[in-house]
Amino acid sequence: MPEPLLEVRDLKVHFPTEDGLVKAVDGVSFTLQPGETLGVVGESGSGKSVTFLTVMGLVTTDQAVIEGEVLFRGQDLLKLPKDEMRNIRGSKISMIFQDPMTSLHPFYKVGYQIAEAIRTHQQVSKHEAHDQAVEMLRKVGIPKPEERASQYPHEFSGGMRQRAMIGMALSLNPDMLVADEPTTALDVTVQAQILDLIDRLKAEFNASVVVITHDLGVVAEHCDDIQVMYAGKIVEFGNRRDIYYGPHHPYTWGLLGSISRLDSTSKERLQPIKGLPPSLIFVPPGCAFHPRCPYAFDRCRTDVPELLPVDGHHASACHLSLADKERIFQEEVMVRR
Amino acid sequence: MGRYIVRRLLWVVFVLFVITLITFLIFFVMPPTDPAINFAGRQPTTELVAEVRHQFGLDKPLVVQIGLFYKRIFFGDEYGWPGMGFSFVTRSALKPIILGRLSVTMQLALGAAMMWVLLGIPTGILSALRPRSIFDRLAMGFALIGVSAPVFFLGPLFLYLFWYKLRLAPGSGYYSIGQYGLGTWASHFIMPWIVLALLYAAFYARMTRANLIETMGQDYIRTARAKGLPERRVVFKHGLRASLTPVVTMFGLDLGALLGGAFITETVFNLPGIGAYAIKSVASGDLYAILDVTIIAGFFITFANLVVDVVYAFLDPRVRYS
Repeated sequence: MPEPLLEVRDLKVHFPTEDGLVKAVDGVSFTLQPGETLGVVGESGSGKSVTFLTVMGLVTTDQAVIEGEVLFRGQDLLKLPKDEMRNIRGSKISMIFQDPMTSLHPFYKVGYQIAEAIRTHQQVSKHEAHDQAVEMLRKVGIPKPEERASQYPHEFSGGMRQRAMIGMALSLNPDMLVADEPTTALDVTVQAQILDLIDRLKAEFNASVVVITHDLGVVAEHCDDIQVMYAGKIVEFGNRRDIYYGPHHPYTWGLLGSISRLDSTSKERLQPIKGLPPSLIFVPPGCAFHPRCPYAFDRCRTDVPELLPVDGHHASACHLSLADKERIFQEEVMVRR
Repeated sequence: MGRYIVRRLLWVVFVLFVITLITFLIFFVMPPTDPAINFAGRQPTTELVAEVRHQFGLDKPLVVQIGLFYKRIFFGDEYGWPGMGFSFVTRSALKPIILGRLSVTMQLALGAAMMWVLLGIPTGILSALRPRSIFDRLAMGFALIGVSAPVFFLGPLFLYLFWYKLRLAPGSGYYSIGQYGLGTWASHFIMPWIVLALLYAAFYARMTRANLIETMGQDYIRTARAKGLPERRVVFKHGLRASLTPVVTMFGLDLGALLGGAFITETVFNLPGIGAYAIKSVASGDLYAILDVTIIAGFFITFANLVVDVVYAFLDPRVRYS
């Protein structure tokens, strides 16, 4: 196995607040291989965004207690001085965000905003940076990029803005692109275009991609591996096949049950997961999911389940026996789909 | 844009027209006493009153009077353009008086404006960057006092402390730069500047702080950081640009209002400005002077509004007028 691009080891991000300690990320470990696409799935407040904001150095020790290691090409980013981290951010690792409507500065021209990113990390003239910015806009499929570069964000549609954001993020040819809910704020028709664009550019720029989403349907065809997060922990990890055709965690079953399918023959309604995600200050003891889990038993209320691999790759954090998991999935979850 | 400005200028003229009309009606028509008696001095004879009435056109129908009044403003009178009329109190042309007073108010307002911008905005920025720090708490504490302390309290307090007790500053009054030189001029202005500026500085510091804190929480600031921009650039280029735009608007309106007369500060520090003159004119019933100061205040306020709107279109690309 090649050296992983990113290896996160037992990352904890705890925010002290007046109400108590918010354990947004509570012991997360995973690796990302070069060229891989990793899907990170979970409800709001599951810690998926905070994990990667911390990797980016956008959550700092001023705001939170951060423990663990974030090894990027073997170098612990959490130990880097601020300025060195800043040099990596935007050039080696870049990030795009959920809402392209508010992610671009309303007072600066789109081309200028991309050129600004380029000039922060490369010694090029304003003119060259502008030309590169126009070229990036062309690559992300924006028509008439020369004209568009001198327009303001409000003159762009939502999909175009997200394209511009992707262009900005890839302008320095990063090793890793984090896309935080890149399609959530967009029209359904545009969503697919944006995900295809990310796929295409990933190949062109030879980057690893992390797609953060709350919608398992979104990552279905775009990800190699998928990790499911709940209450600051990874509850299941596996490749695309594992997660869609043989998931082992009741929470993943719940997520799969909440995808709407046009080709569904079943007359049943969507099956939402009952209840709400837990408060991250008062995380339930034992398995954090047990109050919402229809299969919970005594042990779930007291022991925290570990993320245990079944076959070297696919892993889940659940006390149910493997036989039970497979039986329940086949008999109760699959039939509904 | 050009057409927009022209339309707005016409609007300014219309607003001024309405303001003067109302003022005219209040002071010439509503009082039960005959204005001519007021003008004619003490114990006038009937003939004198009649003569005054004729001289000022008060014997003509109201519509004609108003028409003459506007004609004088737009086309000037025997004392030049714009026609500002005649003061019955000093028995002299109003134009030189008003212009002289206006210059004093401008010296006061512009000096104070510079102070409050230089004091208020940096304080607000520093507070916003370190919210809840000791600096922030102290600054906002002072700002609260500054916002709450009225000029008619702060002014006499300053005069008592720094002039009467400590002898650190000269007393009130206006000493023109031409006649007394820069040092004397500035030293007499320093207290009024500070007192007037403190109130606004406090307000601007709070506003800048609130705006910048809000801006720094915006998504595009996170994007700027994600690009790897140095924090200084994130704050001063991306943060301030968005958060100072409303402050610029506020500044235009405040300065406009002040140029129409800093009534209390001028009175407290005995400065012969336009505000103090307005109070004096109302007290003595000097009708044309009242009309003039009203028009001037109205002009500055409406014009400042126009300037602010035009400047805003340059500052915020999302704003376009057509």
